[in-house]
Amino acid sequence: MIQEIHRIREEALEALAAAQDEREIEAVAIRHLGRKGALTGFLRNIAKLPAAERAAAGKQANAAKKELEAAVQKARDGLQPKRPLQTERVDISLPGRRAAPGHTHPVSQVTQEICSILERMGFSVAEGPEVETDYYNFEALNVPKYHPARDMQDTFYISENIVLRTQTSPMQIRAMEQQAPPVAVIAPGKVFRCDSDLTHTPMFHQVEGLLVDENVSFADLKGTLTAFVHEMFDSDTALRFRPSFFPFTEPSAEVDILCVMCRGKGCRVCGQSGWLEILGSGMVHPNVFRSVGYDTGRFTGFAFGMGVERIAMLKYGIDDIRKFFNNDMRFLRQF
Amino acid sequence: MKVSLSWLQAYVPLVEPVDQLAEKLTMAGLEVDTIEDRFSYLQTVKVARVEMVRPHPDADKLKCCSLATGGNQVDVVCGAPNVAEGQYVPLAIPGTVLPDGREITAATIRGVASAGMICSQAELELGSDHSGIWVLPEDLPLGVSVAEALKLGDHVLDIDLTPNRPDCLSLIGVAREIAAFSNQPLSLPEVSTADDGQAIAAKTAVAIEAPDLCPRYAARLIEDVSVGPSPEWLQDRLRSVGQRPINNIVDITNFVMLEMGQPLHAFDFDNLAGQRIVVRRANPGEVFITLDNKERRLDEDMLMICDAEKPVAIGGVMGGLNSEVEPATRQVLLESACFNPVSIRKTAKQLGLQTEASHRFERGVDPDGTLVALNRAAQLIAELGGGRLVAGTIDAHPGARPAKAITLSVAATNRLLGTQLDQPTISRLLSSIGIETQAVDTANDRITISPPSFRVDLTQPEDLMEEVARTWGYNAIPTRMPHIAAGSTRFVNPLRPTKIRLRGLMTGQGFTETVNYSFISAGAGDALLLAADDPRRRTVKILNPLSEDQGVMRTTLIPGLLETMERNLAQQMKNLKCFELGKVFTDRGPDEQPHEAEMLAGLWTGVRRETGWYGEPSACDFFDIKGTVESLLEALQIEDVAYRAPAPGEAPYLREDAAAAIVKHDQPLGLLGELAPEVAAGFNLKQRVFVFELALARLQALIPERIEARPIPRFPSIARDITLIVPHALAADAVCRHIRSSGETLVEDVRIFDVFMGAPIPADKKSLSIRVTYRSAESTLEDEAVNTIHQRLSEQLLEAFNAQLPT
Repeated sequence: MIQEIHRIREEALEALAAAQDEREIEAVAIRHLGRKGALTGFLRNIAKLPAAERAAAGKQANAAKKELEAAVQKARDGLQPKRPLQTERVDISLPGRRAAPGHTHPVSQVTQEICSILERMGFSVAEGPEVETDYYNFEALNVPKYHPARDMQDTFYISENIVLRTQTSPMQIRAMEQQAPPVAVIAPGKVFRCDSDLTHTPMFHQVEGLLVDENVSFADLKGTLTAFVHEMFDSDTALRFRPSFFPFTEPSAEVDILCVMCRGKGCRVCGQSGWLEILGSGMVHPNVFRSVGYDTGRFTGFAFGMGVERIAMLKYGIDDIRKFFNNDMRFLRQF
Repeated sequence: MKVSLSWLQAYVPLVEPVDQLAEKLTMAGLEVDTIEDRFSYLQTVKVARVEMVRPHPDADKLKCCSLATGGNQVDVVCGAPNVAEGQYVPLAIPGTVLPDGREITAATIRGVASAGMICSQAELELGSDHSGIWVLPEDLPLGVSVAEALKLGDHVLDIDLTPNRPDCLSLIGVAREIAAFSNQPLSLPEVSTADDGQAIAAKTAVAIEAPDLCPRYAARLIEDVSVGPSPEWLQDRLRSVGQRPINNIVDITNFVMLEMGQPLHAFDFDNLAGQRIVVRRANPGEVFITLDNKERRLDEDMLMICDAEKPVAIGGVMGGLNSEVEPATRQVLLESACFNPVSIRKTAKQLGLQTEASHRFERGVDPDGTLVALNRAAQLIAELGGGRLVAGTIDAHPGARPAKAITLSVAATNRLLGTQLDQPTISRLLSSIGIETQAVDTANDRITISPPSFRVDLTQPEDLMEEVARTWGYNAIPTRMPHIAAGSTRFVNPLRPTKIRLRGLMTGQGFTETVNYSFISAGAGDALLLAADDPRRRTVKILNPLSEDQGVMRTTLIPGLLETMERNLAQQMKNLKCFELGKVFTDRGPDEQPHEAEMLAGLWTGVRRETGWYGEPSACDFFDIKGTVESLLEALQIEDVAYRAPAPGEAPYLREDAAAAIVKHDQPLGLLGELAPEVAAGFNLKQRVFVFELALARLQALIPERIEARPIPRFPSIARDITLIVPHALAADAVCRHIRSSGETLVEDVRIFDVFMGAPIPADKKSLSIRVTYRSAESTLEDEAVNTIHQRLSEQLLEAFNAQLPT
């Protein structure tokens, strides 16, 4: 019996060695390993052997089968490169079957970029109501009723005490009411003012920032905003801090950057001044701390706010703010 | 606030060129908006000589003139009586815009061509003479501009003042800043305050009945004035800042207001009943005619300046017609007062009447400047109006002003600013803008300061710290990075990461993000066919909308997307996939903040996929928008979501036969479907459109908080198909749900892979082909075992759905 197995094995290996192509290899495989093949037939008949021989014969036969199978596979592998599965030629210049991508609104992109920069510095993001009370939007921010500073913003009113927020600054109050110092928070969102022309839309977006702790100074404000501007624009963007007035900060500062269009030479975008106003900022006014019950002797802080559209317009060279809200696909698909 | 350099120069030497001066003011916090060349309009007004004057062939009063301009001869028609040969005159050539707005053009006047205009002094705003053309000195060079020939040069700065600096609503205020920041001396006009008796007391009196609204009221009397035009220098001052001269008395009050910031008013004394002044609140409903000849209805919160009988001015806002200074006025009562800022602002708002006076009073005028301005104006009236100053001043000030000293800590100043300034430096900086240190407490490193009266904005130490920073220079303060304490970051906003994910998922599926206005038309509820009691009709109304179509806050994002579609269709953009992430607002009652909810809405119209060489485009349909929603929910790992027919009124804007409410465990998540044709027509949309809207807070609640990994199956699955002929109306999903809930534990997945309607299937039936995937976690399934289960399930389905097998 053992010799029989040996013979089948020898014969098969010889035939494989002689095989020239796939057809001949497959013929060998079928002849010896197929359902009606020699080795398969032998294995099927193994039960008829005397019990004493059965185990040894089975072991030998299985070993031979494994060896032959491996040899067949090796022969097949050796032939493979000679015969590609597909033969047609592809015109690689034809466009592919695209899943046309959607586009993120430029205001979302810029908001996200602003938030990411500030989050890396350690600020966390809070969001709040867009329809605010007069208290949060004005009074708690040191803008009492009948204060001339109310003229700085044209307000949409819902009722005497409810307004569409004109700024994201109410989130300063809400954030401070929610927790004791230290506070490091930014608040992106929509704001509303009743104003509409080439440079104003009745709705736009702001990002507010607030840092309160012991010993926060104007120098820290300058450092934070300088680092921010350098990340948002070029790392060599010149900027300047200019005295201004916001009721909820003192000292207050406008931040100008050197015009990104003309590099300070003076152009239409910067109104020939060479500078672009991009941020309002200042040290938190003690009256604001008083309205949230913070100890004005112990804590100081700074706040800042910026218009997202304004930054997006500079970043992408957009000339008309209304384009952001017309949602013309030919505009949006550029971003 | 407009200031001209010619006027500023009266108080401070201007040593820098105008652009540097503007830059300096801007960096001091007085932002210069524009720098205007005051005489730019004279560029095209040339010196010319009249060579020849002939009568006009067709008009008695006109003359045809030929002028030499150094180059070409220019022929113009002139109507002035004084034109004569040999005169040197200003000739405005076509293109010139005169100060009154008239543009000079080449014209034909009664048949004769005229290429310009010979101007009068008044027309050029270089004097008041308008009787004829302006005859210039004869030594001027021909052809050069009048500005150059007469050496006229002046610039006007328009300063965008912040509300905290009313002191700079005056030429002297601005000059004071320039003096400080340019290190130049400030010189103030001389005003005599000689005590010359109290003759006035016998002639008139002032009674303040509302001291809370009028802390101070001072007056002087000038007799025998003659009202007439102001002298040229005064007119020029006013014109240089864009004011129109009226007569000497009014001009002087305006001049002093602009110079010193104190609004003044001149009454015709003979028109004051009882020859006296009473300052009181208006009577409710009282009617009063202001100087602009408008009738004003008053209320009792308004402060009125009255005579013995009637109101003669709205205090601090505007005078009355009944006491106006007129050409015949002989005696003038001059008022210089101090009013309550809030009261002035309320009154001005209420009446819609913003004036130069109210603008200043509501921001705060110098309470100690009352008399200086009064005396300055009274002396000018006596001098320029030929009047006689009655000796003495009335100065009623029932509300005494408490002195306000501020203590400033050097350490606190440096702590806030991040500087290391010593006390002498701080005192010196403050002194440069007129804030003098009264006392120094060296032990505690504090200084005491009484701010000058004109700086009404300085009331607490931080106000002074700002002045220190401003005078030291913001850009000289160090720049450093703060240490942000770890404990600061405590805000958690679960919706934010979800919104960022959704934005990525939507753009990934080919939708472009839009941002629409949060306010929509009040008619949107009707346009969407919402029932009268639909909660989406509970809109928040804006009291002062910019337009009707922005009248209410949106309660759904759908109208905004539809309007975006309409605009894009108009631009031939017919294939759109867009979405919006934003808030909707539901009213919660008067004087309550509305409920705000974040929503995600999507819109798909036109083709399913971009046209390409690889196939014909096909139109998108219901299953595209449904697939979009399903993909979103799968990505968020929200499972077991059902789609059912909306309840009556739930989705009235969707086509009834292609609308679905998206629910999980009977909790509504949103709606999807095809826009109803009548709604589409209302938005002017002439093609099919599919939309969805989801409530983010509802989704958020269903997103698993954590993901627990399951083992990957070790054994292979086996799939078996079944095709059933079922009633046409049967929801295919019912079959799948039946299989899933059959209790057969080896069923892993059920999927419909074909739906067929039409011959040979009867019209009231359809064919559903379903693939069921079986898998065991314990072993490889035997064919026989699976066949048995599949057979059993098939039989159940045939019975449960009255179905047949295909023949």
